[in-house]
Amino acid sequence: MEKTKKQEQTSTHKIGIYLWIWGLLFVLSFFSYMVDWYQFQGMLRWSLILFFMFLKAGLIMAFFMHLYWERYALVNVLLWPMTAIACFIFLMVAEFEYTVFTRFFYFVVGG
Amino acid sequence: MSDLRIEGYEFKPGFKGMAKDTGSDQTMFKGVHWGKAMMWIFLLSDTFIFSCFLISYMKGRGSTIIDWPNPSEVFGLHVFGVDVPLLLIAIMTFVLITSSGTMALAVKYGYEKNKKMCGWLILATAIGGLTFVGMQAFEWGKLIHEGVRPWQNPFGAPQFGSFFFMITGFHGTHVSIGVIFLFIYAYKTFAGHYDQGKRGWFTTMKGDYVEIEILGLYWHFVDLVWVFIFAFFYLW
Repeated sequence: MEKTKKQEQTSTHKIGIYLWIWGLLFVLSFFSYMVDWYQFQGMLRWSLILFFMFLKAGLIMAFFMHLYWERYALVNVLLWPMTAIACFIFLMVAEFEYTVFTRFFYFVVGG
Repeated sequence: MSDLRIEGYEFKPGFKGMAKDTGSDQTMFKGVHWGKAMMWIFLLSDTFIFSCFLISYMKGRGSTIIDWPNPSEVFGLHVFGVDVPLLLIAIMTFVLITSSGTMALAVKYGYEKNKKMCGWLILATAIGGLTFVGMQAFEWGKLIHEGVRPWQNPFGAPQFGSFFFMITGFHGTHVSIGVIFLFIYAYKTFAGHYDQGKRGWFTTMKGDYVEIEILGLYWHFVDLVWVFIFAFFYLW
């Protein structure tokens, strides 16, 4: 009984913060669509896509998924494994560069 | 959303609080419902699955010597005599973000024990998800009709089809499962299972509005994955 009483007092947040984040997500999605609409190319395109993507992902995780208010013990357990994904990306970039080199060398140049 | 009072442990912010939590007895995530902690662990493993898909897509796209199909044209729609690039994908993104926002509000009203608002918002989220799946089915149908197959397509590199069907298919499956659970939870909310503490079908856990937050975590994750798919598959 004691425990259920305690659980009823969970913290809640004002509606304003959710509406702000919601609006921001719409605006950011609109901007990333505009990147395609105006056909930006090259580094500008890729950096803009990544910028809007990480901003949107961060907002969703921090506020919609409540990580901003969560205990650090949980936040760190969730975020540190992501470095393994970053390592994997670097490994596979090296791999596809090698693959595309050998394909050019044997299929196009002819060995 | 930790309950600060459980087990008498204060909430200490930052790394000091983390050291206190990890160095303490019995439970590490103090005041975090076990269901929520488990959902986070599941989402972490799911993150790795989707990362593997997207990384293999990166490798496939990077290592082909045939030009990759231009997604802006492939996913464009012809409406009212004009070609609009990525139109369907843009609408799908907006629908999914809308449903993500209604879910966040449902979690908020759930914690305030506002049964009506919580239920209606979950229902709105479910309908948003259903719309998304419907549009994805339309997109699949359109591409299959145009001759896109996992092993070939008329636009360019043959790998395009296999990555497209694999990644959007797996994401669509997640959305579909989420929609089913959203409808179930909307029913449970309206029926008052969380007010009465009624037990679920497969669990001895008493019903509580924290379940809405757990469902919300899953739904936001589906939206989160779409943010990455939208950036890497459709815009890149």
